[in-house]
Amino acid sequence: MLINEFLLLGAVLFCIGIYGVIARKNAVMVLMAIELILNAVNLNLLAFALRNGSPDGHVFALYVIAVAAAEVGVGLGLVLLIYRNKRTIALDELSEMKG
Amino acid sequence: MLAETLVAQNISFGIIATVMIVGAIRVVTSKNVVHAALWLVCVLAGAAAQYLLVYAEFVAITQILVYVGAVMVLFLFGVMLTRARIGNENDLNNKNWALGIPVALTMFAAMAIALVGGFTDEKLPSPSTAVRIDTQAVSDAIFKPYLLPFWALSFVLLVAVIGAIVLARKD
Repeated sequence: MLINEFLLLGAVLFCIGIYGVIARKNAVMVLMAIELILNAVNLNLLAFALRNGSPDGHVFALYVIAVAAAEVGVGLGLVLLIYRNKRTIALDELSEMKG
Repeated sequence: MLAETLVAQNISFGIIATVMIVGAIRVVTSKNVVHAALWLVCVLAGAAAQYLLVYAEFVAITQILVYVGAVMVLFLFGVMLTRARIGNENDLNNKNWALGIPVALTMFAAMAIALVGGFTDEKLPSPSTAVRIDTQAVSDAIFKPYLLPFWALSFVLLVAVIGAIVLARKD
């Protein structure tokens, strides 16, 4: 198998995730797109771990999974708080900090 | 025998990659939040299968447990708690959502040129020559050279748990 197969799949997922972050208005959907991006990175890390025969890529991938879990927990907590205060999670209506 | 393994690997890679890409596109284009979450399950499970193809069993199992098990439930709770309405919605996209397409395509073109130019047709080690990294090697790496990041990570998780409770608590 070519290493490029995995790396290009990772690139495709990453770009779809970027599109999702830019295009989506719903905060939960943006968090889902961020999960896509993190998975693309993991795919690359594991392909390189196989290429180099070293466990470092596996360790990094596990740490990325753990950080992603923490990020989703805090992110959804924030989304809930925003929803409770503003009754909306549309990101373009949260413009209090706009000068 | 070896050639058969390689062919099987390539075919399964192709099938899973197709499912993942279609699922990912549906995640970012679906008009229904719950459907998007279920397509995300497709992508995450496909990623776990790809991890098996690069001999990363432990990461694949962790992916299933953490993502498909925990994170997805969290997402569905998020959907449930922030939106009473279940069904199609037409206002999921920004008004300038089309901006995302050229940005994503440009980034993909840049990455594809770099990857195709850099790794032209370099092959991954074949099943007979690949260094298999088993769970023991992964745990040795975590608890020897990467012990300090591991501790830091456990603090990150602790802070995240406490922070999520503080944020989401009603008072």
